[in-house]
Amino acid sequence: MKTLTTLFRNNIREYGMLIALIVIMLFFQYATDGILMKPVNITNLVLQNSYIIIMALGMLLIIVSGWIDLSVGSVAAFVGAIAAVMMVKWDMHWSITIFVSLIIGAAIGAFQGYWVAYVKIPAFIVTLAGMLIFRGLTLVILQGEAVGPFPTEFQRLSSGFISDFFKVEGFHVTTIVIGVLISVVLFILDLRGRQNQQKYGFEVLPFYLFVAKNVFITFAVMGLCYLMASYKGLPTVMVILSILITLYAFVTSQTTIGRRIYAMGGNEKAARLSGVNTPRLLFGTFVNMGVLAALAGLIVTARLNTATPKAGDGFELDVIAACFIGGASASGGVGKVIGAVVGAFLIGVMNNGMSILGIGIDWQQTIKGLVLLLAVFFDVYNKTKSS
Amino acid sequence: MSDVILEMRNITKTFPGVKALDNVSFSVRQGEIHALVGENGAGKSTLMKVLSGVYPYGTYDGEIYFLGKECRFRDITESEQVGLVIIHQELALIPFLSITENLFLGNEQDKHGIIDWNKSISMTKELLEKVGLKESPNTLITDMGIGKQQLVEIAKALAKEVKLLILDEPTASLNDSDSENLLQLLLQFKAQGISSILISHKLSEVSRVADSITILRDGATVETLDCHKDNITEDRIIRGMVGRDLTHRFPPRESKIGDVIFEIRDWNASHPLHKDRKISNNVNLTVRSGEVVGIAGLIGAGRTELAMSIFGRSYGTNISGQAYKHGQEIDISTIDKAIANGIAYATEDRKAYGLVLIEEIKNNITLTNLKAIADLGVVVNEPKEITVTSQYRDSLNIKCSSILQLALNLSGGNQQKVVLSKWLFSNPDILILDEPTRGIDVGAKYEIYTIINRLASEGKGIILISSELPEILGVCDRIYVMREGRIVGEVPAKEASQEIVMKFIMSQKEVIEQ
Repeated sequence: MKTLTTLFRNNIREYGMLIALIVIMLFFQYATDGILMKPVNITNLVLQNSYIIIMALGMLLIIVSGWIDLSVGSVAAFVGAIAAVMMVKWDMHWSITIFVSLIIGAAIGAFQGYWVAYVKIPAFIVTLAGMLIFRGLTLVILQGEAVGPFPTEFQRLSSGFISDFFKVEGFHVTTIVIGVLISVVLFILDLRGRQNQQKYGFEVLPFYLFVAKNVFITFAVMGLCYLMASYKGLPTVMVILSILITLYAFVTSQTTIGRRIYAMGGNEKAARLSGVNTPRLLFGTFVNMGVLAALAGLIVTARLNTATPKAGDGFELDVIAACFIGGASASGGVGKVIGAVVGAFLIGVMNNGMSILGIGIDWQQTIKGLVLLLAVFFDVYNKTKSS
Repeated sequence: MSDVILEMRNITKTFPGVKALDNVSFSVRQGEIHALVGENGAGKSTLMKVLSGVYPYGTYDGEIYFLGKECRFRDITESEQVGLVIIHQELALIPFLSITENLFLGNEQDKHGIIDWNKSISMTKELLEKVGLKESPNTLITDMGIGKQQLVEIAKALAKEVKLLILDEPTASLNDSDSENLLQLLLQFKAQGISSILISHKLSEVSRVADSITILRDGATVETLDCHKDNITEDRIIRGMVGRDLTHRFPPRESKIGDVIFEIRDWNASHPLHKDRKISNNVNLTVRSGEVVGIAGLIGAGRTELAMSIFGRSYGTNISGQAYKHGQEIDISTIDKAIANGIAYATEDRKAYGLVLIEEIKNNITLTNLKAIADLGVVVNEPKEITVTSQYRDSLNIKCSSILQLALNLSGGNQQKVVLSKWLFSNPDILILDEPTRGIDVGAKYEIYTIINRLASEGKGIILISSELPEILGVCDRIYVMREGRIVGEVPAKEASQEIVMKFIMSQKEVIEQ
């Protein structure tokens, strides 16, 4: 039992928010009389929050670098508007539209990254300007009106589901098969990691906890897949999301680029004097953010089936809050992809649960603000107590 | 002894692992200029921080009496209230506020929180007159030269009704005429009965204006000289500052010196903001393989600036000059290229520039050469990383619970070993070590020297920048002396003594030919 408490105390950052997420989910499950965990609602929850999660991946890198990006909501709206005009007014093919939109996102990221990384203007100012610029340009492009609807193929980006190869009535077997595959891969990776650590004599989880952790993960993955399978199966967005989360978790924790970003955020001068090209790296994180904001913009637009001037309004706040709730540090150098994803889900569950309960937008905002403050207080409190 | 206004008795101050002050006693008489001299790290600043309450009562042992009363200051405000004012080397003025605003900062001439500007300005005019500064009270600090800023600091002290003025290296960054002004001012204060403590490296000034001189060495008082009784020469002071036993502080070494491995020719660089100020002035230096070359000089002599301008132009502007390795000219214009050409620079301030404190030891070590432990140059191979960094932990004897420990939680000596490991991992041929033993204890210093010896015996060329003369003499084969951005002397270690090097450092002559 002693190991369990010390273990929990040492990893309170990582586990704390996960536990908070579970508690909040259980609370809403009870408060909404089971509506929250209904297959259709879970699917909706993922669809509604996919763009927050996608942008949180990019935002996390920027926050770990020690900066912030306030423009992502406006950029998403801007790219969505351009895509709408390209498809609806210029009759361009949806695949070309997606490609061009992502390029535009990269260009916007490069524009903002240039001012931050090379001209050394604080990102807060640059992206505040970007927030105004791209919101304004969205209005210009749409001329104040909504543009839509779009080709079905484009709509599938957000509302499509993967097709089922097994053709069982009322149950999506492919989803279950994918779930099993993911569970097995996750288990093998964890097992190999553990064996590796043991080989170097590092402390590992006690065996019973290792088993418990994997049983829990398997249950979570399979439970989610079961819920999805009993509705329409895995949404396309969920697939995109899983790939992106895996990719970013891998890049941040396993590659030289990830290492350098954390080093830059932890001590920019030390990183630079160690041969890290910090301006170029920072520039790169902004380009990356631009691409992800563009992708989120496309998904939002496809979901609403129209591009509106008000789309993406206030997204930046949810995205930034997700990162901080997930344990990222405002002074840089600290934060994990999984944390940001958990943070984004936490916000998503609260949004969804409170909407089901019929709580107005006024109180929703208030409660979300308090949760953000509480989460960061929890972090700070733990840090001062442990030191 | 009735005219003694300050007496510090048996002051002892310890930091973790280091005894900075050991039973120091120090007294100042009414209306005298008392100079406090000693090498960098001798304990002068620490003693003044104890006196002014920067280190509050209770964090040191010993007693302080000022004007006959025992003082137990809890912070600077309390020491200022009794008339003890310290002016630090780095001036504490707010650049975008006016002279008046700075003079009365925290001491505003107000009624119920509303500032009486007329009163403030007229008081400022009086004070500026006293220090001989002809400036409008509304001039912003940023618009004045450093010499005038120094005078504003002194005026600020006068505004607090100073009885004992403490100046820490006041003339270090002043030119000759500004220095002269300042010294005249001190003499004037003396005539008015205000005592001063003058900390200075410029011994010519000290021997000219001081009434008494106290010499500190290794945290202890060596002696107090009375300038009116004895005939005090600069040589006499230097002897007091350096005379110490050097045996057994440095590991023995047999140098096997090879060919010239690295050479810098006609190196010039300017200050990044003040482009007309040269920080490196026609510097030429060579390093041979297996050789440890020291660069001695005072803080501010331009040693770190030179090293950083060489290392990928990481400091300064308008940099010109050539670098050669094994006789071939090399391009070291960016940090990447410098590292690729086998140059490493371990920074002076390991916390601010050397380490990412919130990261693990292993991540810090591999940062300089991540590709070496990455598959396909991209994916970090953690097992390999662990093996490699464990080797450094063992060979450099880094004391830690695990290489996964955060750099934050290591002692200074072990942090320095991590910095060394990190640069060794970049596989350098030339290592520039900037103050590698600053702030670490004697045992760890010995270990660092042993590592330096081992690297030299492997045929690497080492440049050691240090403000501690015994270290330079004990470790190096050849010594350069820098002053004001120039190399003003070059001495083989065999022929060098602290007196010789100190003369080069202190000499006011422009360039001394070998």
